[in-house]
Amino acid sequence: MSTLASEYSNEVTHDVIEHRFNPYSDNGGTILGIAGEDFAVLAGDTRHTTGYSINSRYEPKVFNIGDDLLLTANGFQADGTALIKNFKNQLIQYHFNNDNKKMSIESSARLIQHLLYGKRFFPYYVHTILAGLDSEGKGSIYSFDPVGSYEREQCRAGGAAASLIMPFLDNQVNFKNQLDPETGNKKQLKYLKLEEVVELVRDAFSSATERHIHVGDGLEILIVTKEGVRTEYYPLKRD
Amino acid sequence: MNHDPYHWGRPSNETYGQYNYKISNASNINKQFNNASSCDFPTMLTQQPMITGTSVIAIKYNDGLIIAADNMGSYGSLMKIDDLERLIQVGDKTIVGISGDISDLQQIERMLDDVELEESYDMESSNLNAEHIHEYLSNVLYNRRSKMNPLWNACIVGGFDSNDEIFLKYVDMLGVSYSSPSMATGFGAHLAIPLLREKVDKESDVVKLNKQDAIQLVKDCMKILFYRDARSLDKYSLCIINKTSKEIEFLKNLKCEDMNWEVGKNIRGYGIPQL
Amino acid sequence: MFRNNYDNDATTFSPTGRIFQIEYALEAIKQGSAAVGLVSKTHVVLVALKRNAEELGSYQKKIIKIDNHMGIALAGLAPDARVLSNFLRQQAMSSKMVFNRPIPVIKAVHSIADKAQNNTQSAGGRPYGVGLLVAGVDATGTHLFEFQPSGSVLEYFGAAIGARSQAARTLLERKYTEFADSSKEELIQYALTALRDTLAQDKELNQHNTTVAVVSVDNPQFTIYDDDEVVQWLNLLDTLTNTRSRGTEDKAEDEEAEAEEGDEDKSEATTTETEPAVDAAAVPPTDEAIDTPTTGEDRMDTD
Repeated sequence: MSTLASEYSNEVTHDVIEHRFNPYSDNGGTILGIAGEDFAVLAGDTRHTTGYSINSRYEPKVFNIGDDLLLTANGFQADGTALIKNFKNQLIQYHFNNDNKKMSIESSARLIQHLLYGKRFFPYYVHTILAGLDSEGKGSIYSFDPVGSYEREQCRAGGAAASLIMPFLDNQVNFKNQLDPETGNKKQLKYLKLEEVVELVRDAFSSATERHIHVGDGLEILIVTKEGVRTEYYPLKRD
Repeated sequence: MNHDPYHWGRPSNETYGQYNYKISNASNINKQFNNASSCDFPTMLTQQPMITGTSVIAIKYNDGLIIAADNMGSYGSLMKIDDLERLIQVGDKTIVGISGDISDLQQIERMLDDVELEESYDMESSNLNAEHIHEYLSNVLYNRRSKMNPLWNACIVGGFDSNDEIFLKYVDMLGVSYSSPSMATGFGAHLAIPLLREKVDKESDVVKLNKQDAIQLVKDCMKILFYRDARSLDKYSLCIINKTSKEIEFLKNLKCEDMNWEVGKNIRGYGIPQL
Repeated sequence: MFRNNYDNDATTFSPTGRIFQIEYALEAIKQGSAAVGLVSKTHVVLVALKRNAEELGSYQKKIIKIDNHMGIALAGLAPDARVLSNFLRQQAMSSKMVFNRPIPVIKAVHSIADKAQNNTQSAGGRPYGVGLLVAGVDATGTHLFEFQPSGSVLEYFGAAIGARSQAARTLLERKYTEFADSSKEELIQYALTALRDTLAQDKELNQHNTTVAVVSVDNPQFTIYDDDEVVQWLNLLDTLTNTRSRGTEDKAEDEEAEAEEGDEDKSEATTTETEPAVDAAAVPPTDEAIDTPTTGEDRMDTD
């Protein structure tokens, strides 16, 4: 070999190419929460993916975590389950220490913030949504970023198809860019009925399924009212 | 600024003097020029698997579940081991099929042994079922990935749950887990899943598949995998978990049958003399 | 007050093979008010007699929930029980975290038994001053264990600990063959009847001092009944007092019980006599002594 033994050739031949282990993956799926006057819904599709593979067509990710609260953490599934598991444990501890008092949604939201921020420098790679009724019995949605920043909202979409669903929600729930045909003024905000909300959710998901490969297979909607929590399931396209 | 390509962008020696590599405790300079030894690089944890096992496949049928994996451990493209058992029985209610790094497989095997042993201290018979083993394994794998020191495996846990129903769930090196009536790890996810889903795509399809057809289907999948997955072997193990009899049949040393390699003689290139 | 040379710490045997500190710990249990536990094939029941330090004070909690499927009743030092129950809760939680399985009851009791045993082999500490009845259901059915500061753990069909628990035990021994196939209500009735037998003079069971807890195989939710909720169970009894607590002298049954207990003490006393180093003060106080309101029973630090 006539190659000069330079540090350039050394680097190429001797140094190991470092293959860094990636501790995260994206398991697709999308989630959506809408608050009504006296109810809240939290919905998620049931498809579970890695890359282009569909791992499962039915892997629920929205959970009734007790105390009439619904929680979902969409993104990297292992982190999502770890977060929810941690929350459930904290909740048991809370019950022991507070004479079985129900945890309010406000307290739950703050607790979730601490759980998320606690891993600020190795974050849970998830978009988290919490749904329930507030102290006045009004529907309530809290949404969180991966490191715990949160706010209460009327509605929020998260996960793979969030960017497809959120503008639709802005228009249909918060009447953004809608004018009253008679007066020409901005359309007045009003609470939607549960039936209307469920229809909105179903439309949002069937549309997202059409346009996004990581969304589909099934839609699970959890509804919390003062009567408690109930679950509805609707099939989505499986292609 | 130093304009030498190797040191490009660094402060120039003329202005700032020789850079002291001890500051960063690392060096890109060829070993012979410095005496630093082990502290040249930070500790490196597992970055890649070494000896590996390929796909594990599993499918539910109307009276149970079948899980299969071949007997090979490959070291790159070398067949390093040809009698490797990758289906591990834990207690009398669980089978764990493991693909990925074999040393980590053996580590998991030992950990599951310990769990079983610990259980026997307090109780006469093991109450740990597939559900519990899966949860344990998920925690181990997730915690290891969180330490950035993963066990490089993908596992399928099959068996009975607390109500003696059939349990089937996947978990991998990241702690990602899911359940499905038919599933496969590695290449199997691409080659076997389409065949398995043809029969069992959703839970309600399970009742339509009988044991005999299920076994045949799994055998066909193992054959297809041997055809197309270069790191697979035609010798494999297969477990049949029967729901009504509550028994686990463990079949070893099965061979792929009725293979057809006629296609081979039509292949051109790859060192075969051209006609 | 120096009793003998062998009770300065919990790690020293007396020449006759006894560890006095452990025996004193067992005495602390007898100072506490009684707790009774029973099992059938489907249910486990715990009942206990609560005490308040003074009229205006609250009653000390006697039954503590550990997890959905299990709980404990205590007799002795309540703070020690709190430490143990917190530890048990941790164990239960970790079983749920790691295996997604409610902790098997025997695993739970063994975990505290090991802690208690540790105290008997390291100097500087003291044994736990509390006895526990651990009740729960798991994959292997219903269970009732008695935990002692010595680290010994035994499973029972029916068990009673605390002040005058011998009276309750006497009743349990007579009836235990009927427990296995009893219904929840029958089981609670047996338990409360046994608890009633432990009452001191002029005392009766009422909604304030009685606590009941049940857990069953079909509904593994450990439920504690206190105050208003306990009335439904007290109503199962014909009377809320026993012959002794009524102060009537017609107490053949009780005397039987007392006699048995007296025998026990005598046998212990005999052992003591053979051991010259032990003076008479080492003999545990008899139940008559405890019965006297001014001594043990109304002490404020045991429950």
